[in-house]
Amino acid sequence: MPEEYIYAVARVRGKEQKLLSAPVMDSLVSAPGVNEALRILADHGWGDGENTEIDGMLTAEREKTWAFIKELVPDMSVFDVFLYANDYHNLKAAVKETARMETQDSVFIGRNETTVDAELIRRAVRDRDFGALPEEMQEIAKEALDALLHTGDGQMSDILIDRAALVRILEAGKRSDNEIIRMYGELTVASADIKTAIRACLMKKDRAFLERALAPCDSLDVNDLAQAASESIDAVYEYLDRTTYADAISEIRKSPSAFERWCDNLMIEKIRPEIHHPFTIGPLAAYILARENEIKCVRMILSGKTNDLSVESIRERVRETYV
Amino acid sequence: MSNLGLFFAILGAALAALIAGAGSARGVGMAGQAAAGVVTDQPDMFGRVLILQLLPGTQGIYGLLIAFVAMNNLGIMSGNPEVSCSLLKGLAYLGACLPMAIVGYISAINQAKAAVASIALVSKRPDQFGKSMLFPAMVETYAIFALLISILALNGVGAIG
Repeated sequence: MPEEYIYAVARVRGKEQKLLSAPVMDSLVSAPGVNEALRILADHGWGDGENTEIDGMLTAEREKTWAFIKELVPDMSVFDVFLYANDYHNLKAAVKETARMETQDSVFIGRNETTVDAELIRRAVRDRDFGALPEEMQEIAKEALDALLHTGDGQMSDILIDRAALVRILEAGKRSDNEIIRMYGELTVASADIKTAIRACLMKKDRAFLERALAPCDSLDVNDLAQAASESIDAVYEYLDRTTYADAISEIRKSPSAFERWCDNLMIEKIRPEIHHPFTIGPLAAYILARENEIKCVRMILSGKTNDLSVESIRERVRETYV
Repeated sequence: MSNLGLFFAILGAALAALIAGAGSARGVGMAGQAAAGVVTDQPDMFGRVLILQLLPGTQGIYGLLIAFVAMNNLGIMSGNPEVSCSLLKGLAYLGACLPMAIVGYISAINQAKAAVASIALVSKRPDQFGKSMLFPAMVETYAIFALLISILALNGVGAIG
């Protein structure tokens, strides 16, 4: 039904005007210090007036986004694809918490930004009651906990969970009727695979490790990528040159953060046409991604200001804006 | 069966009011949702978006007008229906009403889509209200063409014995 999202899209159009534009991002970058940058953000309605610390303000912004979307969409499951990464982040934290017998409340992501309550995951892993978890998480939770308890290898446990998260994101993307959500799933998995392959190659990891770490997707042949990464970094570049990610090679050569910026900018470029679509769920998905991109960008600018990085250095890391 | 002509003539009038009216109802509803979405965050936009919301409502009025003309020609409005209306004449009435019924429905839905897009435009660029009115108004042209043809055809049908 074309009518289903008309009201929601009209609300999103209003909110899009409050997204930080490129000139505002530039003024944040040029701000003399972190306090001045925070003041600019407050002038644009950022924060909830209570959390004056950076993390608190950014969390409040993310919660605002999800509260707004929940107000508009009766069935939030269409956007679960954006939250699976948080679920699996909580699973990783719960596995580590159980294996190391220590509690770290602060690392868990809150209820508004997950599809499964963090407390439920913690309890299920702690009590080894894996049946309490969603079906897709049960096997991997057990496997990751066993891997950590038996080998003490935290990296292997993380890799198992990260791969499971990527597989789930890709599947959720493919199930969606919306092009933006499908693109998000594919690009998320492909960029994660490229990052993993590069990192594993530089760390001289073997082929078996790469096969366990890389999640299959449509735009990359993970067997070829794993083979290339097990050979040399040049072999990885050579392989990528034959894919749709050939443009990313120059960024990968610069730094991991440059590649991450390239991925984020590509995502913004792909979602930008949604500014003109009035009837589908696409503009809502695009708004969520635009806000995530904005929050990530602001976090990076504030972090740069806190660490006294130069304006040029911060500007190099700033992402493109949706509006 | 002798009154079949009158039946088809009334069917034509009913379809003009029904189908064009249904298109307008759906179209105004679509534009209304977009308007409500804008007014939620920008209450001062009410006047502008209300005008845009109403644009797809005209097809329903045109359909009603055609139904009135048809029923008037048939003598239904004066309480003296043309019972002896031939089958040919009845079918001619039906045919005369169809342009307004069909084009009315299609143009109302498409005008609503243009109105929804224009409401989004006005919410972002309130100074472009005048231009935003033109986009959905263009669709109106075809509803007016259909109205014209239906009226001319209804007037011509009267000459059939």
